[in-house]
Amino acid sequence: MITLKPGLLATILAALVAVFLLMPLIAVVPVSFTPGRNLSMAGDEWSLRHYRALIENPAWGQGVWLSIRIGLVASLFSTALATAFALGIWMLQPRFAGIYMGIAMLPMVAPPVVSALTLYFFLTSLSQWNGVIGYDTFFGVALAHSVMVAPFAVVLITVALSQVDRRIDLAARSMGAGLMTRVFRIIMPNIRFGLIAALFLSFVLSWEEIGVTLFITSVNAVTLPRLMWMGLRDNIDPAIAAISVVLIAIVVAVVLIKTVMQLRQGQQR
Amino acid sequence: MLRSRLFLLAPLLIFLALAYLIPFLGVMRWSVTLPEPGLGQYKTALTDPLVLSVIWRTVRICALVTVLAVAMAYMITLLWVRGGPVMRLFVELCILIPFWISVLTRAFGWLALLSNRGIINTWGQDLGLLAEPLTLVRNEFGVVLGMVHFLIPFAVFPLASAMRAVDERVLLAARGMGASRARVFWQVFVPMTKTGIFGALLLVFVFALGFFVTPALLGGGRSVLVAELIWLRIFQSPDWGLGAAISVIMMVAIGLLLMLTMKYAKGPGR
Repeated sequence: MITLKPGLLATILAALVAVFLLMPLIAVVPVSFTPGRNLSMAGDEWSLRHYRALIENPAWGQGVWLSIRIGLVASLFSTALATAFALGIWMLQPRFAGIYMGIAMLPMVAPPVVSALTLYFFLTSLSQWNGVIGYDTFFGVALAHSVMVAPFAVVLITVALSQVDRRIDLAARSMGAGLMTRVFRIIMPNIRFGLIAALFLSFVLSWEEIGVTLFITSVNAVTLPRLMWMGLRDNIDPAIAAISVVLIAIVVAVVLIKTVMQLRQGQQR
Repeated sequence: MLRSRLFLLAPLLIFLALAYLIPFLGVMRWSVTLPEPGLGQYKTALTDPLVLSVIWRTVRICALVTVLAVAMAYMITLLWVRGGPVMRLFVELCILIPFWISVLTRAFGWLALLSNRGIINTWGQDLGLLAEPLTLVRNEFGVVLGMVHFLIPFAVFPLASAMRAVDERVLLAARGMGASRARVFWQVFVPMTKTGIFGALLLVFVFALGFFVTPALLGGGRSVLVAELIWLRIFQSPDWGLGAAISVIMMVAIGLLLMLTMKYAKGPGR
């Protein structure tokens, strides 16, 4: 029980930080309704033209669809690899677990720009061999995203596994369950929330990945963030404001729904 | 047994070896072979005044950003962990919503707020507060604001776990012995969250060093940081060897930083 509550000064300072955190997100709204062609404020006249542009210009729909497909492939692939890896570490406790874990964490701790250059090297080398997996291709981007998000999936699944009681696995083994039965019938059901969290986080991370994507795409594999980048870099296209409002609204809705669900669950208990 | 071990661990390790470790060796090879074999590019990276000024600016901005982000995160985390239930919920939303929004959208939000025809300048001029637009973005000021904004949520998590671990009774004991609220905070609470502060500083600093998108958008090419310099050397005015050499130096620097702190964290500090 917390008896010493933060005082007035602490509350005011925290409120200022909260304003700082929310301010740029709110600022996007009036810009998205501007009738002008450049970044400006909607004054007396409000216009929906930039929202209409999102629908009418096929590039936006294509970017969204590409990002969803890449996100699905990358999250499924990386979560599958990460699950096998985390299970291997948990079940077998190999002698060099620390080293294996270090390798698995590398893309997460390395500076994103170094990873980006490394993956650029990887994909341009692949491009010399084939046209399907390589620089500026769907599978190339999906592979690169898998590399970047796999460590996060490993972390989430490892955390989920650390809460599983080893004795249920030992019990299954002593009753003659094989490796496959132990993994799929005993352990996986116990870490299902961790698996869902890993899939979700890796999808979101791939969906909004831009640092690496900038290095490995040019004109063919234009994901949604890549498309936004092109509209932000030089002349700012107010359509970016419209898509930003949509993206912010989705996040706010999801976070609010999750919070309400948690509150309800808390009340039921 | 051996077979099953390989079967579980191997896929991810092989995948990362092929897609990450070996390509990184390739980047290292670039750094010593392009345009000509030798360590010339490393010499350039460590002596060229332009590169050095970028490195120096990166360290300076990242240090400033780290201190600001952790200080602001500390303020808001305090309320998140120790405030009343309503307050806690509100703060949680303020942290989680920006956390899940992409770096591009957040950088754009700052442009909408700070650029010449953005909210602050438009309203300031309409209200007669500003005679002419202030240059708030496409400079270091904008870069610092954008980076601090991006990094605050990452600093919150280590701080929150340290603050949750503080034993309430110790604070009450200090209060009971007559310490003022301010003194309890500065001399008892803050020292007890030291590991969290340290962890947050390290995390944010390492993150900030590799930052690329926010400085590139909000700096407008004027305050280039190391990550953007690498991008420029690969794509704009190609000098792949130099870009690769700076990448390798950066990787080594961050590796050393992490090793040092791990050693410190394991040592007598704990």
